[in-house]
Amino acid sequence: MKHIVGKVVLLGFQGVGKTALVSRYVEKAFHPQKAPTVGASFFTCKVVKEDHIVTLQIWDTAGQERFKAMAPMFYRNANAALLIFDITSQLSFDSIKMWVQELKGNVEESMMLCVVGNKLDLNDQRQVSREEASAYSKSIDATYLECSAMTDQGVALIFEKLAQGLMRLQGLSSTLKIYEDDIMASSSELEATDIANEETVNVSIGSIAHGNTVNGKCC
Amino acid sequence: MSALEVEPGAAPESGLVTTDTLDNFDEMSCSLEEIKNENDATQEEETNDNTINEQFDDNGVNDNEFVNADEEFELNKEWIGKSKHVFVLSMAGKPIYSRYGNEDKLAWLFGVMQTLVSFTQSSDDCIQSIQAGNTRFVFLVKKPLILVTVSKTRESESQLKMQLHYVFNQITSILTLTRLNKIYEQRQNYDLRRLLSGVERLIDHLLTFSEMESSIMLGAVQCLPLASSVRDTISSAITGACSKIKNLVFAILLANNKLITLVRMKKYCLHPADLHLIFNLVQASESFKNSESWTPLCLPKFDASGFLYGHVSYLSEDCQACLLLLTVERDVFFTLSEAKQKIVEKLRRSNCLEAINESLGNPGESSASAGFVEIRHYLYKCKSTAQFYQPNLSPPYAQSKEPLIEIYKRAHHRLHNVSRPLKLIFERSANEAILAWDTKGFELFVVFEPLIDTSQAIVLIGKLLNWIKKKEERLFHLNAPTF
Ligand SMILES: Nc1nc2c(ncn2[C@@H]2O[C@H](COP(=O)(O)OP(=O)(O)O)[C@@H](O)[C@H]2O)c(=O)[nH]1
Ligand SMILES: [Mg+2]
Repeated sequence: MKHIVGKVVLLGFQGVGKTALVSRYVEKAFHPQKAPTVGASFFTCKVVKEDHIVTLQIWDTAGQERFKAMAPMFYRNANAALLIFDITSQLSFDSIKMWVQELKGNVEESMMLCVVGNKLDLNDQRQVSREEASAYSKSIDATYLECSAMTDQGVALIFEKLAQGLMRLQGLSSTLKIYEDDIMASSSELEATDIANEETVNVSIGSIAHGNTVNGKCC
Repeated sequence: MSALEVEPGAAPESGLVTTDTLDNFDEMSCSLEEIKNENDATQEEETNDNTINEQFDDNGVNDNEFVNADEEFELNKEWIGKSKHVFVLSMAGKPIYSRYGNEDKLAWLFGVMQTLVSFTQSSDDCIQSIQAGNTRFVFLVKKPLILVTVSKTRESESQLKMQLHYVFNQITSILTLTRLNKIYEQRQNYDLRRLLSGVERLIDHLLTFSEMESSIMLGAVQCLPLASSVRDTISSAITGACSKIKNLVFAILLANNKLITLVRMKKYCLHPADLHLIFNLVQASESFKNSESWTPLCLPKFDASGFLYGHVSYLSEDCQACLLLLTVERDVFFTLSEAKQKIVEKLRRSNCLEAINESLGNPGESSASAGFVEIRHYLYKCKSTAQFYQPNLSPPYAQSKEPLIEIYKRAHHRLHNVSRPLKLIFERSANEAILAWDTKGFELFVVFEPLIDTSQAIVLIGKLLNWIKKKEERLFHLNAPTF
């Protein structure tokens, strides 16, 4: 069995359902009135695919503008990015495009991109068409998927696609951790993507506060 | 009264900054630079460059909100009937926060408040408060913000002002004071709400906290009762797992708004006002449950100019105590995550998780069950350790806490009235009798049955202090452990 440990970052406008999506998958639950994420939350989960075990180390970031300066800490060295928008909000879709620009400008390693349109249960209030979203995703070489964290529709597929994407990254990415046997993987899982060791561009206390390390055109 | 040699809850050293209520609330320390300079040479490249790169795009922000056609909208009975409104605005009069109603709809009101402030400032004065019938308007002008409360509660001006200070600190805690100032230096008309989305909840929660709990009034925190051996084991599990981690400043374990332990970097103490903000953050953020979080956090009393970074998590599914590991380094999540795992394993092995759960599940002693039937409730604060203790609520307050809080606030105000501070008050009404006593080492507020006579009350107070003294190891965090 091969064991892959990959880092995944969830990006997207506040309120699109990033936390709902990851908790739906990891905790198998949906909490409708949960308070917004503070800073970033860390989850891990395992996906078994063919002869691979893929451990996903997931950073669920807060979408609020004030946390934006923290984002590079989480997407740097990420092997995959889930770019989530709310199909009933054009604004949230536009926000995805800004994240993509930021990633392209700041991440050198190859990274799997996956665009997710959430809140499919609100299809009747849709503002972003499937065609538009999937054409855009194609243009940036990203997978496009739709789901509802509320009803669980399409959620598992996203994580399967993520696992498959990471499996395909083997050999293409120097930050992806691959172990031939399982025991080694579990003992070095943490240090594997330890941001403390791998962070190359330092974000100072000052710039965390003021968000000037990212030269992308966001905000 | 029976003389105690040392007041209950006192300790040679305290992990919390000693407080005398309301004094020097403006004082803030600057500890971050110090820590960074002292504790590492590895971060030289950190230039602490404070230039801001705010993108001041004005999407959807309408500068003409002041002439709002919907003026009447919020002036309905329900809104007017609220017992306490709180508003925050910028010096330029831009709405930032309103406790009730939509700020945009209230732009006219923010305009009036700004005018009042700038009018008094133009004659080198500063507006403090206005009393109109039973309504009190209290202003706190704290650059770059203006905070106003309109209150029909019976809280005193200084208590209301204290709450405004807390609101200011809450905002600082999210942004840092440095950034807040920079923002308005760059653009007076900035709409701060775009940076504070989600923070309204924290401010709402903080205001309720200040109204429903005594801790902010007292400037102190309550501890979760635990055998001192258990508390020591918990502290040493934390020091054991963290002692090799550089730049860790505080480790705080809390549950149910009560402190379990606080371990700190040598030389540094935590101000209770900062700890209250942490309690508030934890209580108001369900998102900390079910996963580990990493968040920047500014503790304004500790250092208003920069962030600490916090690893925040609950101990385990079967023990709902929240652990915060606060460091000056922004990228050590995994180091702290590992330390947390070690701490939990140690606590589990030494049965501390059970001990915490047991204490959490136990409603605690009421005053009557401890043998003081004439005493309905009391607050005891040890000044040198900034901790307080109160028994479990019992009738007639078990159903509704508000009247009790109001009694305490009134007594507290009379004791600390700036123009005429008192040392001892004994006051009897048809409903209850209250004794308030301020000494060098402690503050005590006791609510008695109304028919108690003075001499009996004095005897009881002596007994009560002895009882607390006997239990102090359980009720207070007497050690101030360091990493
Ligand atoms: N109808 C619907 N609501 C959702 C869905 N996913 C999330 N939400 C709601 O959207 C709001 C924001 O969700 P949250 O996960 O906190 O968003 P985040 O800020 O991106 O993490 C919450 O009120 C959720 O209940 C969904 O699939 N359908
Ligand atoms: Mg979230």
